[in-house]
Amino acid sequence: MTTLKSGSREKLQAFLDLAFKLVTRFFAFSVLALLAGIIVELFVGAMPAIHAFGWKFFVTTDWDPVNVKFGSVIQVYGTLVTSLIALLIGIPVSFGIALYLTELSPTWLKRPLGIAIELLAGIPSIIYGMWGLFIFAPHLADHFQPWLIDHLGPLPVIGALFQGAPMGIGMLTAGIILGIMIIPFIASVMRDVFEIVPPTLKESAYAVGCTTWEVVWNVVLPYTKIGVVGGVMLGLGRALGETMAVTFVIGNAQNFSISLLDPGSSIASTLANEFNEAFGKVYTASLIELGLIMFVITFIVLALSKILLFQLGKREGEKT
Amino acid sequence: MEALKSFNPKIEVRNLNFYYGKFHALRSINLTMPEKKVTAFIGPSGCGKSTLLRTMNCMYALYPKQRAVGEIIIDGENILDGRHDLNSLRAKIGMVFQKPTPFPMSIYDNIAFGIKLHERLSRGDMDDRVEWALKKAALWDEVKDKLKQSGDSLSGGQQQRLCIARGIAVKPEVLLLDEPASALDPISTARIEELITELKEDYTIVIVTHNMQQAARVSDFTAYLYLGELIEFGETTSIFTTPKQKATEDYITGRFG
Repeated sequence: MTTLKSGSREKLQAFLDLAFKLVTRFFAFSVLALLAGIIVELFVGAMPAIHAFGWKFFVTTDWDPVNVKFGSVIQVYGTLVTSLIALLIGIPVSFGIALYLTELSPTWLKRPLGIAIELLAGIPSIIYGMWGLFIFAPHLADHFQPWLIDHLGPLPVIGALFQGAPMGIGMLTAGIILGIMIIPFIASVMRDVFEIVPPTLKESAYAVGCTTWEVVWNVVLPYTKIGVVGGVMLGLGRALGETMAVTFVIGNAQNFSISLLDPGSSIASTLANEFNEAFGKVYTASLIELGLIMFVITFIVLALSKILLFQLGKREGEKT
Repeated sequence: MEALKSFNPKIEVRNLNFYYGKFHALRSINLTMPEKKVTAFIGPSGCGKSTLLRTMNCMYALYPKQRAVGEIIIDGENILDGRHDLNSLRAKIGMVFQKPTPFPMSIYDNIAFGIKLHERLSRGDMDDRVEWALKKAALWDEVKDKLKQSGDSLSGGQQQRLCIARGIAVKPEVLLLDEPASALDPISTARIEELITELKEDYTIVIVTHNMQQAARVSDFTAYLYLGELIEFGETTSIFTTPKQKATEDYITGRFG
């Protein structure tokens, strides 16, 4: 009897194991299903615009609801340029923060500084937007932007980026605000991965006579590259999709201008501003197609980061 | 101690005390390590042997709560007086750790990296130096066809020899080995021990080990530490055959520790 009992018990356990496996598999696959569902829905929703404009949607700067002519260049440019500015500001500052926190700061300062950075991540984006619009943008307009126009404006090639009036709001301001917003994300990921570097690995680098900078640049960064790139991607993802703060300060102009000082639009800010008032099938579909483009941009960025990691890995020598 | 007089002193430790925060880890250590000889530090875990080793290249200075008081004189200069450039000091004193720590780069770059910090060499000179270091560490034959591969792709014993090669590539005068074979299999351990014997022709070597047979095999001089104090120091043969202190005898005969 006892053997029979234990046999049924084993059966039950095998059944539970199987059920558990199936349930977790269901959860994992539901993510895929959700992703596929969103892509399909975006495609279906964007169909009228795809029919109406075809590839021209990607190369025209029209955004004219009255004459029902739409193109995505303004929004894509605004999105990419603000995110790029954000990364240009966010990456070096975050690297400095993480470097200080892990390698240089006295122990008693580490915790308060670390907590402060995490708190920064918790500030709602609308607060950043308000601060950007009411305090930061006017400040930029009064002090920083005139300087840019005077000094960088006359330069060949890049001068085109610094033309126009110092209005405060615009793509540059949005980029800077985004840069501030993504710092806590990138910095805390970098700090976490820097901390997992084995102390003896760092000590070995010091032992051949490295300075702190040489240790971090040649040993810590390569060792943690996957985490660092992941942190940057997290920040970039946030910058690409950030809506509220950008909508406040980017100016929401649907005119194309290459200058960073001019007001522009990002994909997210356009969607937030116009979805409520969109009339007609093609207008709505154009907005949905913008959403689809953002999806694709995020996907490309992710793919590029994988390629980057692969290239970095190759430089370190082949693994067997 | 009399036996030491016939050798050139390379490192002299004078009245060294070491503190981890409030913990007094080394107490008034006095010790002279002769040039181009192997000196072994033995003792039970926590006796301070690694701590003593780590003061000799000021590795402790990376950590704000660690403090050394006293003198460590290398070639007539006290390295603890705070007036020395730690980076060039450490280039003069190579160190190898318990676990192999290859840098995240190719085998070639693992060696070249340290050299580049201190010297500008032409491509050809650099190749020669890398080859020289790898030969010196008895690793060249195993890796000469895969210098572009990652250092991580080597076995544990090979990685440890890579770390030794990296240490000697910058042409130091002293090599500090912190239990260099304790994470390795017996064959790799034997190779490392052979290597130590060859390297003492050119370098002053200080090795920390918890393996007494190893100390007996590779070292010329042995220091026995216990609870942060230097109990006995002398030629390895006399320490292992006729220890003067009862405590040393108890430890090396395995009655304790």
